[in-house]
Amino acid sequence: MQPTDISDPDYFHKVVDCQWACPAHTPVPEYIRLIADGRYADAFMINWKSNVFPGILGRTCDRPCEPACRRGRVEDEPVAICRLKRVAADFKGDVSDRMPPKPTARNGKKIAIIGAGPASLTVARDLAPLGYHLVVFDSEAKAGGFIRSQIPAFRLPESVIDEEIGYITDLGPEMRLGQRIDSLKAILAEDYDAVFVGTGAPRGRDLPIPGREEAAANIHIGIDWLSSVSFGHITKIGKRVIVLGGGNTAMDCCRSARRLGGDDVKVIVRSAFEEMKASPWEKEDAMGEDIPILNMLVPIAFVHESGKLVGMTFDKVKAEYDARGRRKLVSTGEEPVFHPCDDVLVAVGQENAFPWIERDIGLTFDDRWDMPVVDENTFQSTHKRVFFGGDAAFGPKNIIWAVSHGHQAAISIHKLCQGDDVAVRPPPGVTIVSQKMGIHEWSYDNNVSLDLRFKVPHRDKFAALADIKAEVELGFDLKQAFAEAQRCLNCDVQTVFDDKLCIECDACVDICPVDSISFTGNGAEVELRTHLSAPATNLTQSLYISQDLKTGRVMAKDEDVCLHCGLCAERCPTGAWDMQRFLIDVAQAESACCK
Amino acid sequence: MTFIPKPKLHHPDLQKNALGYTRRDYEGPVSTLCAGCGHDSISAAIVRACFELDIAPHRVAKLSGIGCSSKTPTYFLGASHGFNSVHGRMPSVATGANLANKELIYLGVSGDGDSASIGLGQFAHAMRRGVNMVYIVENNGVYGLTKGQFSATSDKGAKSKRGLINSDEPIDLVGMALQLGATFVARSFSGDKAQLVPLIEAALKHQGAAFIDCISPCVAFNNHEGSTKSFDYVREHNAALNTLDFISGRSEITVDYAPGTLETVTQHDGSVLQLRKLHTSYDVNDRVAAMTYMQQRAAEGEIVTGLLYVDPNPRDHHAHLNTVDRPLNELTEDVLVPGARALERINAGLR
Repeated sequence: MQPTDISDPDYFHKVVDCQWACPAHTPVPEYIRLIADGRYADAFMINWKSNVFPGILGRTCDRPCEPACRRGRVEDEPVAICRLKRVAADFKGDVSDRMPPKPTARNGKKIAIIGAGPASLTVARDLAPLGYHLVVFDSEAKAGGFIRSQIPAFRLPESVIDEEIGYITDLGPEMRLGQRIDSLKAILAEDYDAVFVGTGAPRGRDLPIPGREEAAANIHIGIDWLSSVSFGHITKIGKRVIVLGGGNTAMDCCRSARRLGGDDVKVIVRSAFEEMKASPWEKEDAMGEDIPILNMLVPIAFVHESGKLVGMTFDKVKAEYDARGRRKLVSTGEEPVFHPCDDVLVAVGQENAFPWIERDIGLTFDDRWDMPVVDENTFQSTHKRVFFGGDAAFGPKNIIWAVSHGHQAAISIHKLCQGDDVAVRPPPGVTIVSQKMGIHEWSYDNNVSLDLRFKVPHRDKFAALADIKAEVELGFDLKQAFAEAQRCLNCDVQTVFDDKLCIECDACVDICPVDSISFTGNGAEVELRTHLSAPATNLTQSLYISQDLKTGRVMAKDEDVCLHCGLCAERCPTGAWDMQRFLIDVAQAESACCK
Repeated sequence: MTFIPKPKLHHPDLQKNALGYTRRDYEGPVSTLCAGCGHDSISAAIVRACFELDIAPHRVAKLSGIGCSSKTPTYFLGASHGFNSVHGRMPSVATGANLANKELIYLGVSGDGDSASIGLGQFAHAMRRGVNMVYIVENNGVYGLTKGQFSATSDKGAKSKRGLINSDEPIDLVGMALQLGATFVARSFSGDKAQLVPLIEAALKHQGAAFIDCISPCVAFNNHEGSTKSFDYVREHNAALNTLDFISGRSEITVDYAPGTLETVTQHDGSVLQLRKLHTSYDVNDRVAAMTYMQQRAAEGEIVTGLLYVDPNPRDHHAHLNTVDRPLNELTEDVLVPGARALERINAGLR
């Protein structure tokens, strides 16, 4: 293998599994250390800069970081990264003086932002400090988009939404709320230099099966029902409720129904339990509220008696796989199953809808899905002044992806307005600094905690179910937060090897608790992976290969389960190993926030 | 010195041996020796050897004297018996312990100061008596604990870190062990675990006095230019005689060797050593030839490593003394006190 080029920012970035997995690339270990240090406001600001909505995401994020967390590969569970983010938000105190000031001068450019959800608000936040005249449109009376309308208050209190959106509106964008845009052509005809479309995926998929129309009064589209609940238009539901669908919306629907009078609420899903789209912890929370999840049942019909819904029939199915490994659900041939109910919530998916975008304005839609053609890096559509982000760009994802899209679109809009090439992306800021403080002393806590993951305390179930606005998760207290933060392995403190200093004494090989380091003859990667102190079977993780050493061998380190405990560096007599903190700051538009 | 304990977390695929232990279970606390010390590599080799041989930790007694090397038994086999004796007196304690309980595995760890200076007489007698033990000298040619004076194994002409040249002749512990009747004699290098681990395994299986002289560079005081025990010097002058590829029963022969280069030694307990000969004319069972060969190569400035001599049918101290089969602590009163009639019979035999 060729020696590893550690000057490539991607190499060490990949080692920080959580940050690499995060669409916004939040420097997770950095803020977790600050939490352990009691510097909650600093931890919050790192998050704010990167993911814009720490308090909101600390409660609702889809957490792509956690399945990626290295801790999950050396013991049972990953660090509770998401809930630590909430700790930073909960205990930060007043951070208003740390926010960028409202710009005093305009730069003469005017941008229309359509929709006031997370992607749009990220664009607004990144561009506002640069002096742009931003005009944000939304059909609702309050900004927030799906964050406000879809996520039940028992998971995300309104006060948190208000606070974090407030930090953005304080930067001075012109908020035209309650104003629906019906024509993109009309917007383009105005004097906007660029337009950002962040209108989400606003249409809930329906289920056109027999009885749908006759029993319509008791059949509700999940996302519409959730927003009616959120805005207080709906305050109760029947005693027996069936929720159709296996995603997070279905989980929010069933738990909301439990709080609005549903005693017998069940979720019924076509596919198997493991295949459901809902996050494991959301399923767990739903089941914890006595909501059974029934799988492998495909809806046949809504059953009604004289126009009143009385239940649903389902076909029992099993999974079969064809030659190409594609799964097909086929009927078991058994009698249809009947489940009685008073109401049904349909949460079987969301769709994009762009009836307000004219098809003759030079903005291409693809033929297959009728979605706008959007560049995956620049978020520019085929109309060079129009950009898309969030669910509007590539279909339903989640908040953290919307934020990431927003950052990239803001960079593009800024470049367009400066007359620069949108396709040329700014490089990340990278710093790498030795953490050595003394002979065997590091500026990070390298003693690996053996604690297992701490559980976030929940409100008493009886009290939680009685009030739809009562937040179920209470958040970690400071003692738990510290202990959980100590579980972080500090993967951003990199093991950096200098082949010129190595005397091949084997001290690092002997001390490494996870057998990550080997000195061996070089070879092809496939072969090398089988020769190491421990076989490197996780192919998604890199091998760190040195230049040839004096004996003709190379140092080969499998990054997979390295604990970043620094013992290799402590036991190295020549300083060939060093622990260096690697901080990668993914570029934003001029990095105008938190300079 | 490292202040944190080695984390208990280990590689998810860490293997277990026949006893259900992982290699990590054979470790001790983190070493307090200088970072990079060759002795720590030897400790790691002992850990690996005991793991691979499925040795029950509580059946091992590790003994040592005084010195950097003699501190190391703390850092391996944390669940074994241990005795840290007076300077140079490890062989006496080992001999006594072995006489009292022949069923344990005795692992003596000493250094060049402990065995070649203050304990030279002790070392000699343990060898000539044939005490059934593994005697490892972690040989760095320097008094590390007192900041780098020449030790008794420093080569004549070697340069100290301060620039002094050693004028005394070195004591060759391998030569002495051969001459004094040790039945397993090897030399190795802490920087070559591929060679060292199987040698320790073979020595642990050997039922007699097994001696390993292990060159172990002192990174603090004897790893400079002009030293003859530095990593670079030993690597440059290492003349390996053979490679002990495996001890059979554990793995199959997977490599084809040229005819005449593979030598098999069956030890008394049935364990089989497979030696890959690098010098085809060398006979590992010939004590006299071994001594001559060592002298010749040393005169050429080479450091011969590998298994130098083995007697496949050794007799140990117990055999010489015709001792009782059972450990003394298992002998109950009815055996130890034969009674008045037996005493009378003995007395009668003396009249």
